[in-house]
Amino acid sequence: MAQTGKSKFQILTNGLIKENPVLVLVIGTCPTLATSTSVETGLGMGLAATAVLICSNIVISAQHKLIPDKVRIPCFITVIGGFVTIVQMLLQAFVPSLYSALGLYLPLIVVNCIILGRAEMFASKNSVVDSALDGIGMGLGFTLTLCIMGSIREILGSGTWLAGDWFGLAPGFKGIQLQSALGIPGMGIMTMVPGGFFVFACVMAAVHFFTRDKSKIRNSFGCDGCAMESVCSDDDKAREKGAA
Amino acid sequence: MGTLGKIVIIMISMVTVDNYPLSQFLGICPFLGVSTDLDSAKGMGIAVIFVMTLATIVTWPIQQLLDSIGIGYLQTVVFILIIAALVQFIEMFMKKNLPALYKSMGIYLPLITTNCAVLGVCISNIDEGYNYAESIAQAFGGGLGFWFALTIMAGVRSRLVDQTRIPKSFRGVPIVLTTAAILSLAFMGFSGMFS
Repeated sequence: MAQTGKSKFQILTNGLIKENPVLVLVIGTCPTLATSTSVETGLGMGLAATAVLICSNIVISAQHKLIPDKVRIPCFITVIGGFVTIVQMLLQAFVPSLYSALGLYLPLIVVNCIILGRAEMFASKNSVVDSALDGIGMGLGFTLTLCIMGSIREILGSGTWLAGDWFGLAPGFKGIQLQSALGIPGMGIMTMVPGGFFVFACVMAAVHFFTRDKSKIRNSFGCDGCAMESVCSDDDKAREKGAA
Repeated sequence: MGTLGKIVIIMISMVTVDNYPLSQFLGICPFLGVSTDLDSAKGMGIAVIFVMTLATIVTWPIQQLLDSIGIGYLQTVVFILIIAALVQFIEMFMKKNLPALYKSMGIYLPLITTNCAVLGVCISNIDEGYNYAESIAQAFGGGLGFWFALTIMAGVRSRLVDQTRIPKSFRGVPIVLTTAAILSLAFMGFSGMFS
């Protein structure tokens, strides 16, 4: 019960900046890099993962006393997998454009370290309401990061901003066409793989620059934040500490 | 083109053009986390090849079974449970029967459950409509490519010691990501190798 001293508001805002899952804890990097090619796909991915995170946090915190400690990781994965399947089917039925844009990364929400990590570190130790708030905060932190990275990559890479038909809600909306308005050609590389890594590096460096001394910055990949921390052997943890 | 030729092409393209961490953004967490030195890169790489291949050998027939009874939509749940159980089983087996191997490779096994490249390769085998042999080739090639990228990254990172003059804000994770960006730029050079 490490989090008991915190108010509801602190739990909610914790994930936004102070413990932002992607930029500070450095987990859930694969979907961040892969789906931040534009604001639309980034927002779609963020909201899909947020929905799964809130639901799984609620269910896991409600039944954590029933789950035997030894089989909790498979139990958590089953709960998360169930919600991912529901989101997958809903998107396929109602928002097929987003379903095809996210592609392989939609079922891969199930192995998103943010969700299993929050289940293990927060939901299995706290009350249902706190876990729901934590899910909302962490999910929004993830979505916010995706939108920021999506904006940078879309503006630099395609010369547009907020383009797309917004999951079918705004047909005919072309977004803000910076390329034709300002005459600046887009740098295609920014929407490709190297651009993803580079923009992520720059955003993280900017966060380090502005929050230096204020928040905990991870200089190496230690064990905190890793979803599999509890199953990891002690030798390995000692090694990790030695390396850090 | 013969079957064997196709299998060879799938394997080579999985190592180069479609390299998992550097071209498809799969398995980034272990790619960044375990690439600190060459020894751990080797252990992780071999463990990933092993689990990926075995997971494909098991999940491909299971998907046929799910499809035949009309519950193909349960793919995500079933696959991740199979992978989690498989990893647990391999760990227990190795601990009991192969303690030497367990000591050098076993510590990486629990981390593989949440490696998205393993689930990714199982799902993409089905999505691409590969047959059994091609699926296994894709899984083995994917694991090989992961090891390849991990080894290059570990080699580069062992040079990024404290004396290197890196801007303060870029120290730690950002410089590793920048290195990955340059590496993936190099891997883009492979594109167009197979049409």
